[in-house]
Amino acid sequence: MTGVTIVLMSSIPRDQWYVAAYGREIGQELFGRTVCGEPILFWRTRAGTVTAVSDRCVHRRFPLSEAPSRLVDDQVLCGYHGFTYGADGGCVAVPGQARVPRTARLRSYRVVERDSFVWVWIGDPDAADASRVPRAPWLDAPGWTTVSGMEPLRARFGLLVDNLLDLSHETYLHGGYIGTPEVAATPITTEVDEEAGVVYVSRRMDDAECPPFYAKSTGLSGRIMRWQDIEYTPPCLYKLHSRIAPPGVRPGADGSDPDAFHVEVVYAITPETEHTTHDFWAVARDFALGDQGVSDFLAEQNRTVVLQDVAALDVLERVIAAEPAGCQELSINIDTGGLAARRLLARLTGQGSGASRRRA
Amino acid sequence: MTGGLTGRGVLRVVWLPGSDLLRGTCHCGAAHVAEGPVEVWEWLLAHPTGHGAGR
Repeated sequence: MTGVTIVLMSSIPRDQWYVAAYGREIGQELFGRTVCGEPILFWRTRAGTVTAVSDRCVHRRFPLSEAPSRLVDDQVLCGYHGFTYGADGGCVAVPGQARVPRTARLRSYRVVERDSFVWVWIGDPDAADASRVPRAPWLDAPGWTTVSGMEPLRARFGLLVDNLLDLSHETYLHGGYIGTPEVAATPITTEVDEEAGVVYVSRRMDDAECPPFYAKSTGLSGRIMRWQDIEYTPPCLYKLHSRIAPPGVRPGADGSDPDAFHVEVVYAITPETEHTTHDFWAVARDFALGDQGVSDFLAEQNRTVVLQDVAALDVLERVIAAEPAGCQELSINIDTGGLAARRLLARLTGQGSGASRRRA
Repeated sequence: MTGGLTGRGVLRVVWLPGSDLLRGTCHCGAAHVAEGPVEVWEWLLAHPTGHGAGR
């Protein structure tokens, strides 16, 4: 019999940093989350550092994040047969015998806690370089107030990348929140830094309607200047530098910009599996600092916008997953940044140009 | 608020005002005007093939 081996290529880049959680989610209790198909157990040690190990007991694969598994001091005790592990993943005790098998060790993950996020390295641990964790300093910096959340997306992460790299969809999907006619109507400039692996998409609207998201938070109304500058560092971190100002008000030659309102909209796009995604979102502002009413408003508005995307992308995932391979799609000018992002992602996975939609 | 990218290896695509055309500029300075993003990226990434006199 002649066998045929079919190799399904993953669309998820490995040897990359991914956001696994907000730091506030990880306390001195067990916390499980799947990242890039790998179930990971997190907890914060008594010393305050976040530790990450495989969320499967080496014995019979019981999830260590599930009760009755529990944390005892800085050791996790499997709730099924009592295998006990230290924070480094090493097994320190097994039931009924003194000898602990040498192979009894949970896979340990490199972790970096930075800018309010817990980043985890997925891939070869020896290749992890903490200095390459992309930054979003506004999220916990003085002079900024941030609201944030995370929504589960039942769609492949590439669909969220497509969505966020082309903000013309705001006009249609997010009307009444952040969408106005000018977003879809304004030409963009797209840049790619081949060496740094960054996509930058700039849309400068110098005479635009002020959407409710910004009108109620800044107090501006009527016509405004609205600049959107996207900076995407594949695969995980997306930043939208948003500048809102009265008409004609531009930054000074020295870079100062005291009469404008700045909002940094940050997304961490973390694959959970090939077909599901953790959609982390955060909105940081440099005005109305500490104003709880503004925070509540922006949190509610942005979560609503994210859920509008989630609803649309969940539908799209079901459609795409049911289509035969090779279905054609059409790209126009608004997709210039999205195509650049796809190509960089394809480069990270070693899968050619990425210009067309790929099957997971 | 930061500006655009400033690295040595930056590829840039500008949607020409008042038109539906895209002008791609390579990091080497060569430029090409295209009618869509697929064409402009193919030209930019073919470096140095096709580069030279822009239009």
